[in-house]
Amino acid sequence: MRRLRGRALLLLPLLLALASPALAVQPDEMMKDPTLEARARSLSSELRCLVCQNESIDDSEAPLARDIRILIRERIGKGESNDAVRAYLVSRYGDFILLRPPFKRETWLLWLSPVLILGLGLGAALIARRRAARITPRLSAEEEARLAALIDGDASRR
Amino acid sequence: MIVEIGHFALVLALAAALAQTVVPFWGARAGDVGLMTVGRNAALIQLALIAVAFAALVNAHLTSDFSVLNVAENSNVAMPTIYKISGVWGNHEGSMLLWVLILAIFGALVALFGRGLPARLRADALAVQGLISLAFLAFILLTSNPFERLAPAPFEGRDLNPILQDPGLAIHPPMLYLGYVGFSIVYSFAAAALIEGRIEAAWARFVRPFTLVAWSFLTLGIAAGSFWAYYTLGWGGFWFWDPVENASLMPWLAGTAFLHSVAVMEKRDALKIWTIFLAILAFSFSLLGTFLVRSGVLTSVHAFANDPRRGVFILAILAMFICGSFALFAWRAPMLKQGGLFAPVSREGALVVNNLLLTTACATVLFGTLYPLALEQLTGEKITVGAPFFNLTCGTLLLTACLVAPFGFSLAWKRGDLLGVVQRLALAIIVGVVAALISAAWLSGAPIFAPLAMGLALFVILATLIEVGARAWRPGLTAGVALKRSLGLPLSFFGGALAHLGLGVTLLGLSGLGFGAETVATLHKGVPVAVGPYSVTLNSVGEQVGPNYKETVASVAVRSGDTVVAEIAPARRQFASRAMTTTQAGLKTLGFGQVYVSIADPAADGAVPARLYWKPLVTLIWLGAAAMALGGALSLADRRLRFGVAARASARTLPQPAE
Repeated sequence: MRRLRGRALLLLPLLLALASPALAVQPDEMMKDPTLEARARSLSSELRCLVCQNESIDDSEAPLARDIRILIRERIGKGESNDAVRAYLVSRYGDFILLRPPFKRETWLLWLSPVLILGLGLGAALIARRRAARITPRLSAEEEARLAALIDGDASRR
Repeated sequence: MIVEIGHFALVLALAAALAQTVVPFWGARAGDVGLMTVGRNAALIQLALIAVAFAALVNAHLTSDFSVLNVAENSNVAMPTIYKISGVWGNHEGSMLLWVLILAIFGALVALFGRGLPARLRADALAVQGLISLAFLAFILLTSNPFERLAPAPFEGRDLNPILQDPGLAIHPPMLYLGYVGFSIVYSFAAAALIEGRIEAAWARFVRPFTLVAWSFLTLGIAAGSFWAYYTLGWGGFWFWDPVENASLMPWLAGTAFLHSVAVMEKRDALKIWTIFLAILAFSFSLLGTFLVRSGVLTSVHAFANDPRRGVFILAILAMFICGSFALFAWRAPMLKQGGLFAPVSREGALVVNNLLLTTACATVLFGTLYPLALEQLTGEKITVGAPFFNLTCGTLLLTACLVAPFGFSLAWKRGDLLGVVQRLALAIIVGVVAALISAAWLSGAPIFAPLAMGLALFVILATLIEVGARAWRPGLTAGVALKRSLGLPLSFFGGALAHLGLGVTLLGLSGLGFGAETVATLHKGVPVAVGPYSVTLNSVGEQVGPNYKETVASVAVRSGDTVVAEIAPARRQFASRAMTTTQAGLKTLGFGQVYVSIADPAADGAVPARLYWKPLVTLIWLGAAAMALGGALSLADRRLRFGVAARASARTLPQPAE
């Protein structure tokens, strides 16, 4: 198919990916045990559908996502922990499959960016404040005395 | 013929934009009033010309003129008229034309209402506005001409993408663009102030109505897009941290920060440099959003290869305006005089904190959106930055901002009494904390977001109401006097209060997510399936024929106990022209919550696989956004903030410098 030229709608790429005739999680895929099924659901909501645009396999209708959903449930059914299943998928597909990027050498800058930026902003605000305080002239001793006299005078008149 | 007239008008508009850029700027330097007025006329002529071009394209779509490539690719004779019209901007070329049309409308507003502004400031602002227009008109004419002819003309068009055949397309993009492009005025005036090297409170008063318009429409546009996604996507999500959504959130965050900071500048003559910085930032993010969506760099890296000219062209525009303005800022900002001292604990102080949180959230969205692209370019490693990352980082920052908001609203200017405010808001604080604790206990084991949002939401709502009450009434006043006093409060105060209430309401809607229920099941006729406090039963499945589609409709009854509270009809539509299927969720609003049913294709035995949701409070998410936008409109109705009032007032009070 020719690439669609129309992409006026901001959400269109996302919408397009979903326009295939099936639902995401199908009733026939689900596990009998509700606690195990809940674990599978929460795990699959953190895994990326590898062939879609920014969608978890839990929400995706792509056949590959379905395969991975079934794979997860098989492994959970065999008694593997969520971490073990995740580790297996990462060894197979790389970090790309994780919607939450792991904290490591390549991503520390990403994870720390909010703290760094906030710190930078706070620092800038403090410096601006100090400078403003320095520029603003303080009252001289003589002025302070006059001010005090005025206030006193005002008070005594009452 | 009409199509050629449209094309020609667009070329003439480019010439008008060129005149608007060069002549007033030159006039301002030479001190020639005659040359400066040219900018005003050029802006009005440009609007007229672009309107002609836009009307010509609308006409081509309405008459299904398939000899025009744009119409042939995006329209169809069978389409309902409303989609023929909204289809004009349901494609790349047409949406860019809408973009420049709105840009020209805002430019004309400055031309019409800026009469009393300092002449040089207005001339420079119109020149910058003209330059933006020039760049985008050149982009359209050189790389994305909507008037391109097609020979031989096909007998039938390819149809508008079925997903776009929805009333959402008539609302969402125009509103979003009104927001995006509205910030261009703010940007142009910031650049003009920097060129002048001087800025005063009158600047803020003139820019504020434009900011309010842009911000309100952007709020509505984002909310409309989110609601549209909610009912078409079929799993009840409404925000996905998708790159294209992030592209619209970034200008909103920067714009919200700007809106608050410009208020400080107007009232207290403080934070000038910061306000100018945010003004540049807000429009830069609008441009970045346009680039990300239009170039396709995020959807697929190959979009550049498809039509490299487009991506590179927009990138060049982006670089010119962002780098140019920040260079100007670095050069000129130190010359601007700062004014208006304030203590750290004051309304200004709280607004600075909120500004920092909002801009940090904005920068985090930017980082998260672009980081995977940069990492792949630099190291070849592919990572994904998805919803869990954004929920954690931006969620924390924005919830903190919500916590600070009521304090900022209640603190006094210049030097505030934090203890006094805490005492005044004690009731709201207690209710918030108790609500958070109760819901945390109720949802024990679930993520902490819902209880936190619940507590914060009630705190924000109550604190805002208390503040409104405290302004009108104090112990000893009769109700009549209080009413009189409250009528005397400025509309902009009520606007701010309504916007903060809206924020609380949206938060309350978000907190409801934690209390919802989801059931994935196969529906068999007559067999009830439970979802939350309701049960859902399939009555029948039928086929229907629409104007340009066929649909499979399930009729479903929603029961509470034994009483039927609603009959809803989720459907799947098949569009033959593009061989695509779309989902139409079945929705029923019960109180503020909704029952949501979305179906897949029925099996041979008539059983229907379905996803059922009970989403308590979900409508509050969008109602809150509407209240925020209405708050913006209310502020705009304030006598001080109407278009042009500031300009007229400043003309009376501020003598023009001798030139």
